[in-house]
Amino acid sequence: MSESAFEPVIIGFTCNWCSYRAADLAGTSRIKYPPNVRLIRVMCSGRIDPTFVLKALADGADGVMIAGCHPGECHYLEQNYKALRRHRLLQRTLAQFGIEPERVRLTWASAAEGARFAEEVGAMVDEVKKLGPLNWPTRPVPQSEAAAEVAP
Amino acid sequence: MADNTQQERVGVYVCHCGSNIAGVVDVQSVARFAAEDLKGRGVVVARDYTFMCSVTGQELIEQDIREQGLTRVVVAACSPHLHEGTFRGACGRAGLNPYLAEMASIREHVAWVHTDKAVATAKAKAIVNGAVERVLRNEPLEAIRVPIEAGTLVVGGGIAGLQTALEIAEAGYPVHLVEREPSIGGHMAQFDKTFPTLDCAACILTPKMAAAGSHPHIQLHTWSEVEKVEGYVGNYTVTVKKKPRYVLEDVCTGCGICIEKCPVLVVDEAHDAGIGYRKAIYTPFAQAVPNIPVLDPDTCTYYVGGKGGCRACEKFCPTEPNSIVFDQQEERITLRVGNIVLATGWDLFDARRIHQYGYGRLANVFTNLELERMCNAAGPTGGKVVLRDGQTAPARVGIVHCVGSRDRNYNNWCSSICCMQSVKLAHLVKERTGAEVFNFYIDMRTPAKDYDEFYQRVLDEGVHFIRGKVAEVSDVPRGPDEQGPLFVQVEDTLAGLQRRIPVDMVVLSAGLEPRRDSKAVGKTFGIACSTNGWFIEKHAKLDPIATMTEGVFVAGCAQGPKDIPASVAQGAAAAARVLSYIRQGELALEPVRASVNEAQCSGCRLCNGLCPFNAISFIEERRVTEINAALCQGCGTCVAACPAGAISGSGFSNEQLLAQIEGLLLDVARVPEPA
Ligand code: FES
Repeated sequence: MSESAFEPVIIGFTCNWCSYRAADLAGTSRIKYPPNVRLIRVMCSGRIDPTFVLKALADGADGVMIAGCHPGECHYLEQNYKALRRHRLLQRTLAQFGIEPERVRLTWASAAEGARFAEEVGAMVDEVKKLGPLNWPTRPVPQSEAAAEVAP
Repeated sequence: MADNTQQERVGVYVCHCGSNIAGVVDVQSVARFAAEDLKGRGVVVARDYTFMCSVTGQELIEQDIREQGLTRVVVAACSPHLHEGTFRGACGRAGLNPYLAEMASIREHVAWVHTDKAVATAKAKAIVNGAVERVLRNEPLEAIRVPIEAGTLVVGGGIAGLQTALEIAEAGYPVHLVEREPSIGGHMAQFDKTFPTLDCAACILTPKMAAAGSHPHIQLHTWSEVEKVEGYVGNYTVTVKKKPRYVLEDVCTGCGICIEKCPVLVVDEAHDAGIGYRKAIYTPFAQAVPNIPVLDPDTCTYYVGGKGGCRACEKFCPTEPNSIVFDQQEERITLRVGNIVLATGWDLFDARRIHQYGYGRLANVFTNLELERMCNAAGPTGGKVVLRDGQTAPARVGIVHCVGSRDRNYNNWCSSICCMQSVKLAHLVKERTGAEVFNFYIDMRTPAKDYDEFYQRVLDEGVHFIRGKVAEVSDVPRGPDEQGPLFVQVEDTLAGLQRRIPVDMVVLSAGLEPRRDSKAVGKTFGIACSTNGWFIEKHAKLDPIATMTEGVFVAGCAQGPKDIPASVAQGAAAAARVLSYIRQGELALEPVRASVNEAQCSGCRLCNGLCPFNAISFIEERRVTEINAALCQGCGTCVAACPAGAISGSGFSNEQLLAQIEGLLLDVARVPEPA
């Protein structure tokens, strides 16, 4: 598949209080963004189990976007910090699987930031387009690369 | 995934939303997809309809539930934040548990943000499929019912907060009114006249202040700030910090002798906007409520100077015991309330920021608030409009509109009141001094009742209106014949020429800004601010009073710039909303909660440290973790963390979310390789 023809599919996890509302606001403001992201609403970014991300990648998504409230603005006080920690860990795990960590992006958008949400989607789609299709689990992982990623 | 979803009967409803959705998404094709391709997943009816949220649309669902025995409903329409309640209600009426309905947002997340019809339709199908897979795993739930405390916390004693407090108190329910200044009254107490009727601000405000001060159901907490808010709608526990007044509130009679005797004179930066004086012990103004002075430890000689101070206030205080307490400490009180109304108001744009207008540099450049104080008969000049020397009346006055507002370099928004305020000030200056007045405006905005009429009247009075944004206020003449002392440089966009108008006095109509600490205050109450800093209402058009946090309401300028009538209206509206909650006695909350399956819990305690609400505890005897449903707020962080899968989150279970992921990816699903 040529790079320009590749249209990635991205699963976007958004929290009920900020980022999902940011997506709503992008809609109400008629801000256009690429159609590659499909959203799932959870109450908080802290609800996102790394398993969900792996499941999405295993089931055909080329990338996953996690969007929460800005640090310090989580509706449940501090749960987005937990999402942040999990995201870090997950990225390391993905690297060990031979998956580019950039395929899983964590971002913040407040309920007032429809434009920012749209921009983040655009940036994510560009990024994944550059990386190309994930093709997991059939993707071949060059041994040397995988080994290099594991090294601390 | 184990499939116990076979026997379900699903109805899918695709909304056109007029042309909002149907203009971009092929709604028929989406409905057909559901009917044909998802038949195997239990979809027994799929329809598209112009307005699903209309009564007929809802009846369509109700009828299908009754006649076709639907057990699950998916509505592909707008955001669930708009109409989830509507469709849950329809299901409930038809006898289906409301939580067995799901919405697929194909308007906000598809039709409004994409343009390619084919791609948008494909995405809509994926979203519908995700919703169908998810709804198959929904469980019937019961709303959690919580009792509502009858007390209300109103934060901010300006005109909006006062209105709210009075309305609720009049209905017979207790109100705690917290005000950070020594007196209630807010900005309105600083004004002289109010537009467009020119009634005196004090005459219409002080009766309300007095009524609030003496109302049996209102408890004032002035010189106080809210420090902490815990709990949820109906059951808030609020910690209020009472700053020391150094005066015993319940002993002081407000006789004012201490103020009279205090020898320390300080510039009054607050009430008199920096152009008047107060004592070190003072009430901000004569009609202050409560009429109890505060002692300012930053200027009182007892605290500064190190010589023990004059203690005149203490010596002359006639009360028994003495009302002056030099070592009074900060106090904390705890209030139990069911609802909270935030009416925290606004701050004035700092005109110094626009250097070329000269405020703070050129003596006779004033802010609107300074002029407002000067016009006020109880103000520092006794109602006389004079130059900075305190005596000379100006002969020519320039009033600059939109200072800091509608300006990309400062604030983008229109402060909404500055045009009318500037017109009013022009009238007052002319009335008091007979001066020639020039108003410099970008656009005249006089939209409310009787506003334009007032503008016409002031035009007729001979005030000059020059359309153009002022470039500079200067005190440097261009040649020996130029007579200032100040010059207003402006492009007159109607005459199409540059003008330089000599004046004695310039008044900058500085705009309204969110309170400098609005973000922090929002955080304390769990509500969000716009990027500009105004509190965000629940819905910009349909609910400008509630916020995203149940039981927290907004009123007045804290939500955005507005005039007095609008603040009063919003304050009253907030009271009506609170009263409706109180009268209901209890409220239904979303049953999104976490719970532990003890049989599966290994007692690893991984989840124990994750809950900021202390809902999770470890039961030593049984070596398992327990979640207190009343404290749980439903974020789901512990559910995501449990390695044993022992914690489940109702409404957002692993099964629901995993199925939705799978459903969303239907068109790209990877066929497992044959082994
Ligand atoms: S609620 Fe948005 S991240 Fe927690």
